[in-house]
Amino acid sequence: MLLITCPNCGVAAEETELHAGGEAHITRFGPEASENDFEDYLFRRENPRGVHFERWRHANGCGKWFHAARCTATLEVFGTYSAQTTEPPREILETIRAKRPAWTWRDLK
Amino acid sequence: MRRYSAFAIAREVLRHHQGWERAWAKPEPRKQYDVIIVGAGGHGLATAYYLGKNHGITNVAVLEKGWLGGGNTGRNTTIIRSNYLQDPSAAIYEKARSLYETLSQDLNMNVMFSPRGVMMLAQTEHEVRGYVRTAHANALQGVQTEFIGPERVKELCPIIRIDGPRYPVLGALWQARGGTARHDAVAWGYARACSDMGMHIIQKCEVTGIRTEGGNVTGVETTRGPIGCSKLGLVAAGHSGVLAQMAGFRLPLESVALQALVSEPIKPCMDVVVMANTVHGYMSQSDKGEMVIGGGTDGFNNYTQRGSFHHIEETVRALVETFPMIARLKMLRQWGGIVDVTGDRSPIISPTPVGGLFVNCGWGTGGFKAIPGGGWATAEMIAKGAPGPLAAEFGLNRFREGRFIDESVAAGVAH
Ligand SMILES: Cc1cc2nc3c(=O)[nH]c(=O)nc-3n(C[C@H](O)[C@H](O)[C@H](O)COP(=O)(O)OP(=O)(O)OC[C@H]3O[C@@H](n4cnc5c(N)ncnc54)[C@H](O)[C@@H]3O)c2cc1C
Ligand SMILES: [Zn+2]
Repeated sequence: MLLITCPNCGVAAEETELHAGGEAHITRFGPEASENDFEDYLFRRENPRGVHFERWRHANGCGKWFHAARCTATLEVFGTYSAQTTEPPREILETIRAKRPAWTWRDLK
Repeated sequence: MRRYSAFAIAREVLRHHQGWERAWAKPEPRKQYDVIIVGAGGHGLATAYYLGKNHGITNVAVLEKGWLGGGNTGRNTTIIRSNYLQDPSAAIYEKARSLYETLSQDLNMNVMFSPRGVMMLAQTEHEVRGYVRTAHANALQGVQTEFIGPERVKELCPIIRIDGPRYPVLGALWQARGGTARHDAVAWGYARACSDMGMHIIQKCEVTGIRTEGGNVTGVETTRGPIGCSKLGLVAAGHSGVLAQMAGFRLPLESVALQALVSEPIKPCMDVVVMANTVHGYMSQSDKGEMVIGGGTDGFNNYTQRGSFHHIEETVRALVETFPMIARLKMLRQWGGIVDVTGDRSPIISPTPVGGLFVNCGWGTGGFKAIPGGGWATAEMIAKGAPGPLAAEFGLNRFREGRFIDESVAAGVAH
């Protein structure tokens, strides 16, 4: 069972309290988007065997959305953070890089 | 290859079983093949088999990081049916189901295909309408199914409670020629037949990179060194995304864990497969007497082949409600597999942005039933360089073009 701390209310929530919302930080393209960008936004997923940035909702708790960085191969959670951001915060990236030096994610520097 | 037969058994009995040969060879990889298939699951092995049998291409290697059939093919609950809603699905699943009918003879290996009948219970008005519609669609597609009433359900499977307090059984979609098969034997049978054609099945050989030149595939990097090829098929189920990333593109799917469990063996008590989509569980009885049970997937991306326990609890709860007599059974084993789920719950059989590189994936929770058909269609695509009629609608371009093959109802419960 996953235990993930909700950054909104501070509760260490069990998996059954949470609803998984898929990959985080996906750029939504507007009406002028190319077909390729829109297909990317709607369908293509990183789906890595490794570090994954993802959305969760504390459904049976405070009800709010947040983001988590988690490894899909070990289930280790590197940290959680607010959903009101377009990229992962520095501390989270540093935690991940300290543990996974060769790691990369899309075009994140 | 020495054929398996009643005569062979008699002969071996007389010489104390000393004369059986290895079912498949254990070759060293060559430097170059015409076709490399990544993944020795059912779909990868069937692809190789039909490349040889239907298209005369036998300079083929199947590379497997673990052991053959050790992925989802050896972890599934073996339900075979073809009662899907959309025409392209009915075509490929029915092709597969009909190939299963004669697969034991074709492969000279008993795959124990048991067309015992598959029943999908309707427990809400909505489900009744959905399945009546599917039965009509199936009639037009030439797939034999019928919608049956609750009395017939009880007659076919006496251990079902049809008047439960929450979701009484209102009827069922019944496919009499659906059923089960022995999953390992399907992988072994294809592997043995491929090896017999001179193909190389190389186990414990993980693909770690994909080589391209000028946008065309030239080979793979593996844990046993580089191997060249003119055409490459990725048939890696839950790990398809990882392989696509090596080739520089992304796929429209996500990998999640799906679990199954079996009970202690009991005397024969049900001779059909029952799926209960509203309460979310399904069950059949194996030849050993174990009740084989499956349910839903986890909601989050996962590569660990372990699922969350609360799903087991939900599945068992659903089935105790449907089959009260199993309430006291002990469960023996539980396991998980990593399934590759697409947005429309239909597979991908497609060329890719890289020349000479093809994928067969996205079967998600229900691709065991499709193994002969999926292999058939993928072999045709690889041999001819473009998808044939069975695969045409399952291309990657359907997502961009909005031509989904929506099977979210047919795939309502993970099976
Ligand atoms: C619990 C469970 C129950 C299921 N129940 C049913 C059911 O009742 N009916 C049904 O029709 N379907 C069912 N399914 C789905 C079905 O099992 C799959 O759709 C099907 O087996 C997929 O076959 P495959 O050959 O594509 O994949 P797999 O059998 O998973 O084969 C893929 C192979 O690729 C290998 N591989 C991966 N990466 C690499 C690499 N880098 N290098 C080399 N090799 C690699 C893997 O080790 C694996 O052996 C179920 C699945 C699960 C998990
Ligand atoms: Zn919360």
